[in-house]
Amino acid sequence: MSVKLTIMREMQQVAREHGKILAPLNDDLALVDCGLDSLGFAVLVARLEDALGIDPFTAAEDAFFPVTLGDFVQVYENGAR
Amino acid sequence: MARVEAPPLRAHVANAPAPRFFRDRARSVRFTDLGRGTSLAGRLADLCGRSVLVATVDQLTTALTLIELDGRARRITVLPPDIAADHLAAVIGRAEVDAVVIDGGTHAAAFDHLDRVMCAPSIVPTEQAPPVRRRSEWVLLTSGTTGVPKMVVHDLAGLTAAVAAKSPADGAAVWGTFYDIRRYGGLQIFLRAVCGGASLVLSSAGEPVAEHLARLARHGVTHLSGTPSHWRRALMSPAIRTIAPRYVRLSGEIADQAILDSLRAVFPQANIGHAYASTEAGVGFDVNDGRAGFPADYVGAVRDGVELKVVDGALAIRSPRTASRYLGAGERLAAADGFVDTGDMVERRGERFYFVGRRGGIINVGGLKIHPEEIEAVINRHPQVRMSLVRPRRNPITGAVVVADVVLKFERDSAAARRIEVRDDILKLCREALPRHKVPAAISFVPTLAVAATGKLERRHG
Repeated sequence: MSVKLTIMREMQQVAREHGKILAPLNDDLALVDCGLDSLGFAVLVARLEDALGIDPFTAAEDAFFPVTLGDFVQVYENGAR
Repeated sequence: MARVEAPPLRAHVANAPAPRFFRDRARSVRFTDLGRGTSLAGRLADLCGRSVLVATVDQLTTALTLIELDGRARRITVLPPDIAADHLAAVIGRAEVDAVVIDGGTHAAAFDHLDRVMCAPSIVPTEQAPPVRRRSEWVLLTSGTTGVPKMVVHDLAGLTAAVAAKSPADGAAVWGTFYDIRRYGGLQIFLRAVCGGASLVLSSAGEPVAEHLARLARHGVTHLSGTPSHWRRALMSPAIRTIAPRYVRLSGEIADQAILDSLRAVFPQANIGHAYASTEAGVGFDVNDGRAGFPADYVGAVRDGVELKVVDGALAIRSPRTASRYLGAGERLAAADGFVDTGDMVERRGERFYFVGRRGGIINVGGLKIHPEEIEAVINRHPQVRMSLVRPRRNPITGAVVVADVVLKFERDSAAARRIEVRDDILKLCREALPRHKVPAAISFVPTLAVAATGKLERRHG
């Protein structure tokens, strides 16, 4: 499964578990509007670390958090290479 | 608080109505022979009035040495088996040790300058046993995770107060413990056996659980004690079915309902009790109704001389069983009013208090505080779960999230599809019982969890 699909799947899973409704997912969607709160994102990052073997945010030296879903996926795709 | 005198251990041994034994993996020693014998090769007289370090490697030689030294040595410092070598000098200095009892297994350069006395795992008759004429100080070491362990000063009266209160002499009893007797929980069982005129089956270092259980069965153990982690590990062995104790005791960690129920299922006839005790606070109380936690009316009352109060969510204890002080440290052991802060956090639900975790073990998830033990108690309720450990994992958004390592009861649950089902079940259980931030972000299935030499689940605080 591609990195992007894995992220989408885990986002839907976390949203379901946390009783949240996700906005329609597309690259331009701002993460703050996607429907997950900060705890939801925290859990998502932990799940993705298990699924993809990386936590690009903790590993990065210049820590920044992406703004859009497209940026978020990009960070993982870069990290996975 | 006024202390009562307690007869020295040697008096219990000399007055035992029948021969009693210490048994380890290799030997049985009739310790009641110490009434007219010694295992210290004629050197006991040299140890009278001195500060003696008990550095024996075997529990059996430790047990013999403790009986010989009580009432004779000025101070008895009991060295736990897992002490780091680089802490020995500090321990010796603080206790002003001038003699050390060793056995065949002891090697440490730190003992070179001390008067060394060898304890043999056997007893030879002697007519020249020196008299018992003083109240020895007993020094136990805590299991601190960093630095030199704290050295906690007790006396025999305090150490045996709970023994006298709770167990009438039962000569037919055979005690066993998963603990090492050099830790407070194990020492209580050693004292119960010696003061109660009973035999004691000791654990041996590195002995597989199944063999230990088989040995307990062979010697007809009637009273058996350990931590919940010890018991969970024992329950993983089919050999648990070979023992039939009348009394099952848990202490040292939170006894959750799942472990109490599991033990009830395996030992339907036994009295199953959990005790609250710590090296500093001594034995606080026993709970024998088969339920986790303890009745709310224990707090504020005086029971067997023990008073409990709850301060800022933490249990504090005042009793004749508490230690008197720390050795060589500036830190006070008890507050001015005599209450010892246990650092164990409790929460009242209805007519009962429940232990929720250690004050120092809190995990912070985005500013919300979590005790890992309360999540473990929920996970352990799942019928397929044997034991679990909840720990923090660093997280870029909330600082940390909690994740769980889980040991399943049955091998057949290791099939991948079945595991996913169990994992989803556990998460569902957590979501129903806990607020969102306490639900583990991830669950891993592991074959075992590390249990420290203290019998407690190993927690790494990071």
